[in-house]
Amino acid sequence: MNWEAIINIVLLALLVVITLGILRLRNLFAVVMLSGIFSLIMASVFTVLDAVDVAFTEAAVGAGISTILALSTLALIDNRREKVPSRLRFMPLLVSVATGAALLWAMGGLPPVGAPDTPAQQHVAPYYIQQAPQEIDVPNLVTAVLASYRGFDTLGEVAVIFTAGVGVMFLLGTLPAIGARPRRRKEGEEE
Amino acid sequence: MIHHLIPRVLSKLLIPFIVLFGFYVQFHGDFGPGGGFQAGVIVAAGIILYALIYGLDAAETVISPGVVGVIMALGLLLYAGVGVATMALGAEFLNYNALDSHDPVHGQHMGILIIEFGVGVTVAAVMLTIFFKFADRLKLIRDLEQMHGDDEDVR
Repeated sequence: MNWEAIINIVLLALLVVITLGILRLRNLFAVVMLSGIFSLIMASVFTVLDAVDVAFTEAAVGAGISTILALSTLALIDNRREKVPSRLRFMPLLVSVATGAALLWAMGGLPPVGAPDTPAQQHVAPYYIQQAPQEIDVPNLVTAVLASYRGFDTLGEVAVIFTAGVGVMFLLGTLPAIGARPRRRKEGEEE
Repeated sequence: MIHHLIPRVLSKLLIPFIVLFGFYVQFHGDFGPGGGFQAGVIVAAGIILYALIYGLDAAETVISPGVVGVIMALGLLLYAGVGVATMALGAEFLNYNALDSHDPVHGQHMGILIIEFGVGVTVAAVMLTIFFKFADRLKLIRDLEQMHGDDEDVR
């Protein structure tokens, strides 16, 4: 067994352990911290898979900023503990187990990781690999595809992120007037 | 804010390197892993770390939320503007070949550099905006609680 396989097994086992921990714990602070750790280990998995771009994003967004935003939300809400469901529900459990079993069964049909003859590699990928050095001449092929061949897609993604920012600005706008003004006026009337 | 000596000292050491690494990822994205998305998030994470250690007011002095809101839009406009510029030069939308009439490959390099910068600016600004809005909310709730007393539900 080579080192990469051992590292993969350790990382994936840790992911399972953390997921079980998230499922069992009822303390929201601990759940948030565990999901941050989950993201960090996921970033390691991406690094092992040679997807360093994705690992960057996962470490910075998933482990860093998402955790801080979730903690900020916990500071905003009052109850630190999730309410424990009174009884075990079998229908959601059945659906989850059935979906998991179907996915495990379908895994047998997947091509091995990194195989060059998969359907995904047969379509436009050979064109990119052959033409990008002449047409774009950027050493990082991922950047060439994202920024040039699929520039319009990336523009759409940036627009999505921008829209998310605008949405948060609308939802959490810091105008105190929304909550405070009617109350103040009421107090004034009583006086 | 007086306490937490070790995080303060450590973050003071680390924040310049985090932001520098962000810029490295931004402008080295053509050659190594990374690009605008990752760089924007890393720079934003550095500033958020600063806000966590030194307080929201200090961070808002460094970058005011109003400015962040403006550059959020400017990044997207820069990206879309490159597309409009290439159309004005007679090529398709976002066909960077048109940016340099003599050397299309150089035009591609320029186009990728500019749009990646637009992506990075927008992503960093959006991340900071979301963080600032969440953190401001907490301050607002505390102010209202002080104003109205603890018994009133201002949430």
